[in-house]
Amino acid sequence: MRFMIGYGSCGIAAGAEEVAKSVRERLSAEHSVTVDLVGCNGMCFAEPLMQVKDDEGNDYYYGRLTGEKAVKIVDAFLNGEIPEENKIEGDELKFLKGQTRIALRHCGIIDPESIDSYIEAGGYTAFDKILKMTPDEVIEQIKISGLRGRGGAGFPTWFKWEAARKENTEEKYIVCNADEGDPGAFMDRSVLEGDPHSVLEGMMVAGYAIGAKCGIIYVRAEYPLAVKRLTIAINQLREKGLLGKNIKGSDFEFDFKIMKGAGAFVCGEETALLASLGGDRGMPTPKPPFPAQKGFRKQPTNINNVETFANVPWIIENGGEAFAAMGTEDSKGTKVFALAGKVKYGGLVEVPMGMTIRQIVFDICGGIKNGKKIKGVQIGGPSGGCLPEELLDTPIDYKSIGATGAIMGSGGLVVMDEDTCMVDMARFFMDFTSKESCGKCVPCRVGTTRMLEILNRIVKGEGREGDMELLQSLGSSIRDSALCGLGNSAPNPVLTTMRYFKDEYTAHIEEKCCPSFKCASLIKYEINPEKCTGCTLCGRKCPTKAITGSVKNPHVIDKDKCIACGECAASCRFGAIFKVSGEAVRYE
Amino acid sequence: MKIKPQIDFSVVDEIIGRYENPSESLISLLQDIQEEYGYLPTDVMVRISEQAGIPLSRLMGVATFYSQFKLNAPGKYKVLVCMGTACHVNNGERVADAVAKTLGVKEGETTADGLFSWEEVACLGCCSLSPVMMINGQVYGKLDGKKVEQVINDIRKAELERAGQ
Repeated sequence: MRFMIGYGSCGIAAGAEEVAKSVRERLSAEHSVTVDLVGCNGMCFAEPLMQVKDDEGNDYYYGRLTGEKAVKIVDAFLNGEIPEENKIEGDELKFLKGQTRIALRHCGIIDPESIDSYIEAGGYTAFDKILKMTPDEVIEQIKISGLRGRGGAGFPTWFKWEAARKENTEEKYIVCNADEGDPGAFMDRSVLEGDPHSVLEGMMVAGYAIGAKCGIIYVRAEYPLAVKRLTIAINQLREKGLLGKNIKGSDFEFDFKIMKGAGAFVCGEETALLASLGGDRGMPTPKPPFPAQKGFRKQPTNINNVETFANVPWIIENGGEAFAAMGTEDSKGTKVFALAGKVKYGGLVEVPMGMTIRQIVFDICGGIKNGKKIKGVQIGGPSGGCLPEELLDTPIDYKSIGATGAIMGSGGLVVMDEDTCMVDMARFFMDFTSKESCGKCVPCRVGTTRMLEILNRIVKGEGREGDMELLQSLGSSIRDSALCGLGNSAPNPVLTTMRYFKDEYTAHIEEKCCPSFKCASLIKYEINPEKCTGCTLCGRKCPTKAITGSVKNPHVIDKDKCIACGECAASCRFGAIFKVSGEAVRYE
Repeated sequence: MKIKPQIDFSVVDEIIGRYENPSESLISLLQDIQEEYGYLPTDVMVRISEQAGIPLSRLMGVATFYSQFKLNAPGKYKVLVCMGTACHVNNGERVADAVAKTLGVKEGETTADGLFSWEEVACLGCCSLSPVMMINGQVYGKLDGKKVEQVINDIRKAELERAGQ
């Protein structure tokens, strides 16, 4: 029997440490069972998690655990029972069963701090296999697979490898872009924390294919657990003699270096990342020259993202055709999405390309929380776009997503319900990109600032006639003239929300009303005197002392003092406080 | 990590010595310096410039480009409030408001007792627990104004008790 406890940074934050400690203490004397701390299986909604594999190989999943609850479950299994409490089943289990896992194949199953655990699961067989292949044969398999970069742009992986392979120099580099900066995306963190060896093996395959001896992982400093597990994994490779010169008796030489990023979103862009690797400000440079010609130390460099590398060993093991058998004409294989926001079961989901957004949100992730209505999804992070409910049947592939004005991006999928204001959402992303703009080119530095100013005044109720036209024209200019991908795609959230949610902009600008009751400047709170019991709770909660009234008498909100923070409505037990925006009214 | 730096340049020199090519490894080098001092003291930057032969202008350029680098001493407890998409959708700004209110200082500032500093950061990657904040590496999830106040006050209380003993 085997107990697997989800031990990613999300699980640990939810209390997995206590679960692990209690279970280990309980089982210290039992020799027939193993307890493994594994990566996250992606069921973030039910953390902390434990998976139980019985001696017949059946799997049972338990969630929302505490140390005490976990020990109860362990006791039951030791008595030959299958406990029902905290069991994840039915709709919740569909979350896991509806997926096709390649990049996440080991996440939540193997012990990420043990190379033996990875090897036992079939790890490093792809590496053994390529040592008997020529580099061109390796690239051919990647070409057949149709794998495209999973970091955002979706560039064919084989093409980049081949370009770097063709360069006739002694010194070449493989770089893994683990600077996952999209707010709302966390698949790279999960792969690095749950299965670091698959990324390292993918990099070694790439190194062999292009003729590089050094692999550099550029990882966010905000992911300390990922850095730790990568460091352990590299040391284990070294101990096993799988790094250095003449690996496994071949001519192949390889080693790894980890470089921690220092917090700059733009460094996800290839040329900015290279500048950062060289110790400079992370500012992009024009392409060409492409990194495959002049990259790190001005030498040919191949840069791929974490998820891309994690797919590589699977492709080599199973052959390019097996990967290409999944997906659509132009988008092969699977893609990992990070589901967050107002979705019922949020977490990491890996599905074949071609599945629709609706299937992901409703069939796998259980639909919307609290029985509310879906308004749309934001796909692709700050470079992506907001799609309305009508477009939820869009299949997930590079072409179809691109046609909507959004992008696949790294796979962030934020689900929004009727309470989400689309203008505020666009403002949020513009605020992000304008802060993260490196400042090198004028369209991005000045353009995003101007767009943000306009959006700020719209959400404050100070929008003017012509603002939408101005946003449209600024957005198109930035898209066409910015130096790098960050700038080119920065207007996307604004352009897509204006395209699909024009009414909301009009309501903000013309009627000074926020239909979602979100923009604080456009809403006011009022008290219904018939429902108010005069309990005085709201008055005590109000940070600006805007609420007055005596005990057992209806209270009143002073609109001039009210900052619309919502503390009063959240505290009222009688549902007496309601919101007003323009002519619309809503009770909490 | 030292809170009040006693500038001992031998430590700085030792850190510079870790790198074969300090200019290329500048970001890692500055990360080590910040790990040691909690921030990048000006005197130390001058020392690096002299010892490694890197113009001070470039050092400051890099230090001000990346959000990780701090030029002022942070609090003993560093509160990071997540401003990621999922946290935003789940009312993350109220967490920031509550932190500002409980600590009584603006973003990027340190409390007078030197205990706390806070800042807004891009996604911490714990979206399913949103809204979240992180204090010295520990993540606190599913927050509201009240929980934020409680977490911070608990730390403050524990520190005061420790100081009283």
